[in-house]
Amino acid sequence: MPIIRFEDVSKIYRLPAGDVVALDHVSLTVEPGEFIAVMGPSGSGKSTLLNMMGCLDIPTSGRIYLSGQDISGLGDDALTRLRRDRIGFVFQSFNLIPLLSAVENVEFPIVLTTGRAESRRRAVEVLAAVGITESRFTHTPGELSGGQQQRVAIARALVNDPDLLLCDEPTGNLDSKTGTAIMDLLAGENREGKTIVMVTHDPNVAAYAHRTIRIVDGRLA
Amino acid sequence: MFFSFAVRNLRRHWIRSALSIIGIIIGVVAIASLGIMASSINLLLANVITDVGDTLVITPHTAIGETFTGDPRTAVDAAIPAREVEEIRRAANPHRTIPVLQGADEVEFSRGEGGYAQIIGLAPEDIPVLLNIAKGQYLRQNQPGALVGTHLAREYGISPGSRITVGEESIRVAGVLTERGLAADINPDYAIVVSDTWYESHFGVGDGYSMVVVRIGDIAEIDRVKGVLENQFNRREEVVDIFDSRDMLRQYEEIYQQITVFLLGIGGLSLIVAAVNILNVMYISVTERIREIGVMRSIGARRREILRLFLYEALVLGLIGSIVGGIASAISGYLISLVAVEVFTAGTTFGEGFTVFNLSAVGYIVFGIAFGIGTSIAAGFYPAWKASQLTPIEAMRHK
Repeated sequence: MPIIRFEDVSKIYRLPAGDVVALDHVSLTVEPGEFIAVMGPSGSGKSTLLNMMGCLDIPTSGRIYLSGQDISGLGDDALTRLRRDRIGFVFQSFNLIPLLSAVENVEFPIVLTTGRAESRRRAVEVLAAVGITESRFTHTPGELSGGQQQRVAIARALVNDPDLLLCDEPTGNLDSKTGTAIMDLLAGENREGKTIVMVTHDPNVAAYAHRTIRIVDGRLA
Repeated sequence: MFFSFAVRNLRRHWIRSALSIIGIIIGVVAIASLGIMASSINLLLANVITDVGDTLVITPHTAIGETFTGDPRTAVDAAIPAREVEEIRRAANPHRTIPVLQGADEVEFSRGEGGYAQIIGLAPEDIPVLLNIAKGQYLRQNQPGALVGTHLAREYGISPGSRITVGEESIRVAGVLTERGLAADINPDYAIVVSDTWYESHFGVGDGYSMVVVRIGDIAEIDRVKGVLENQFNRREEVVDIFDSRDMLRQYEEIYQQITVFLLGIGGLSLIVAAVNILNVMYISVTERIREIGVMRSIGARRREILRLFLYEALVLGLIGSIVGGIASAISGYLISLVAVEVFTAGTTFGEGFTVFNLSAVGYIVFGIAFGIGTSIAAGFYPAWKASQLTPIEAMRHK
């Protein structure tokens, strides 16, 4: 069963200046274990596509299935629960919560459902797996370098053992050396079976993926 | 974790948090200590007012509108003639009717000290009904003597057996009265009580009595007797004012309630100011963290969890402010009440043994604390709710 299946999905934003068609009858599937790069110019609908895969948004028309479950008409709470339990997000600007330490950031998604001791155990395990040394666990994001922050963010995305890891320009705010290290980390996760969909501008980064989806003006190219 | 998260955010902006806590403290202190003050005043009034029980006080009507006993405007030369007193006695039968003579004269105590004092004339057999003796004994029939009010006695060192001079006449003090306080009928604490025969021989027989007190044993009878008297004397025109001792208590209660409402109103106002401050602080906190809220929502925090997070912040502000405020108001309420008691009871013994801290004072502190916490949560609710309603995409796009 595909992880994600889009069936004729359209997204139209109704703005005062007129309707904006962000996605125009898109159909696609993401199979388990795939590593997909989504490329396209700004405003082409890449982010909208990623948001819908990540249960952050629902389509105006068409259907989206996550592991066979139709999510197109779900309410806010149900979508939030799917994000919490089945999806991992990695953002361009890391988006760690500044008041929480590295390990607290990582346990945030699971502490909502799991006991504290178990959450902490799992967070420590994942942090170690992404290459954060124990001495950094109690550091706040402001005390970490960009590369370290993105590692912590990846750990946060992986802590709930998601079906799907979604990355929005994961190397966009990093220098090329650090970016390469992050891509190696993601590629490693993929080799171990994680399904990854990644939005990027950078062809070098896209090269890590096994398949590239190009999108222009809301349509697959 | 949400709780410690909330505390951390408050600590991050500690000056802002401290300012809003101070706001709440002031509000709680204002409410609680003003409440304590109001209740102290009430306690004191209750202490000062003698429970005259079931008494009707009949005074001559003085066409100056609604007045009360002791109003200087009633102190005109109006009197109730002896003929009317007898009519009252018949109408009020079987209840005891006590005519009261009241005047003033120059009084000299020992060593030439003295001044003007109120002289009250009562039938000797009526005196034990109205007044109690602290020292000495009641007046005996046909034997000249005087009873002295407790404050007068204390000020001039008078005890049973002393002699005082009223006008030119010397008279022996038979007894000293117990403290009576503010009563609906007579207030003898600063007065001298003599028999009606001595009064009339001293002042001459006047045109009547200044008031008539009807003692009614049974509360249920008060309205009936009052009705009968009203019917008999005031049918065509107002001849007498009939004052029910319960009226006085009612008046005091009304005054007390107004004082309480007024004081609590001032307290409430300052708490509202504090609430607006919390609203503002929470609003800023939400606005500057919209992106963060978006991130939390996108990684799985539900609306109610975001709501809870921000409500915790308001709750922490409210809790700290209210508890500190509660303690501060216990202290300040105590001090205010001490001062109030001092002022209100100057020169009397009512303040002695008066406890400022009673159940209702504690009640006001608890009320102030609860009100402070409640206001904080209420003020935090709107920003928290607003934060929780943001969609994650919109929130993360926020710069």
